Amino acid sequence: MASGDSDTTTLQGPTGSDTTLTVPLPVKMIVAGGFAVGKTTTVGAISEIEPLTTEAAITQVSAGVDDMTGAEEKRSTTVAMDFGRVGLGPELVLYLFGTPGQERFRFMWDDLVRGAVGAVVLVDTTRLADCFPAIDYFESRNVPFVIALNCFNGQVTHAVEEVREALQIDGGVPMILMDARDRESVRATLIELVRHAMARAGG
Amino acid sequence: MTDQGWDRGLSARVRPYAITGGRTRGSTDLPYETIIQTTPEGQQALPRLVMERRRVIEICGHPLSVAEISAHLKLALGVAMVIVSDLKSEGLVATSQPRTSRDDRPDIELLERVLDGLRRL
Repeated sequence: MASGDSDTTTLQGPTGSDTTLTVPLPVKMIVAGGFAVGKTTTVGAISEIEPLTTEAAITQVSAGVDDMTGAEEKRSTTVAMDFGRVGLGPELVLYLFGTPGQERFRFMWDDLVRGAVGAVVLVDTTRLADCFPAIDYFESRNVPFVIALNCFNGQVTHAVEEVREALQIDGGVPMILMDARDRESVRATLIELVRHAMARAGG
Repeated sequence: MTDQGWDRGLSARVRPYAITGGRTRGSTDLPYETIIQTTPEGQQALPRLVMERRRVIEICGHPLSVAEISAHLKLALGVAMVIVSDLKSEGLVATSQPRTSRDDRPDIELLERVLDGLRRL
């Protein structure tokens, strides 16, 4: 059965009367992928607010990490994370967190994926290797994910099945063509992710 | 929740932790998406609150997540968590945390609500 905090808190009002405050229930999804693949664009396409940025402090960056994505960013002491929100009715709010896909940020993914519906792994077909760390991670943690091939201008340089082969992705993992700038396209991807998570959960 | 990330020592953002008396964890662990809303007690307490605690109470008249509080008040996530969990333990805010089943994932009923919500967008 479901556990966790209730979204209804009964409070003693100022005059001694009971006041019930219903705080909306949050759910979250992760948008992961390599550097500049379109994570924030994806979040912004469907978020009801301009994507916000928050910072998590990095404590240790271990030397000699096998960083498959190349060193496009210098080491820093904080990790910026962009996120957005989508109201799904008065009592449910979906948060979308874009997370850096590089291997060296793994330490923060454990916190991030806890309780998540699942993840969208954004892939630029011209830089396939950029998404390897994210895929490895979600597979190892049993987090439901879908692969979204970001097709700018409706163009993809590789066929979907070619990419599946190259990434060695299990046939059960949905792979979708998506335009990160297009709200409907992003919405379709999120719907696919929820359906996949439901199938995985046996629903 | 296990000890991860930003609570293992900080360099560039040491100063903000002065706000929290050096603590990087609150009495309760709050996922980033935990939604916060000021209670009537919180509204009443407003005149005696100062600085970040006051700002949180002010902006959470409407429900906001810990991540949003962190972004709006330009606080590191860990700092926002500590402030919020203090306010919660004093009854000045109410919180709503993600609901999950035994495998740490949302249960089917919740997934159905999410699916339904996305389809209606």
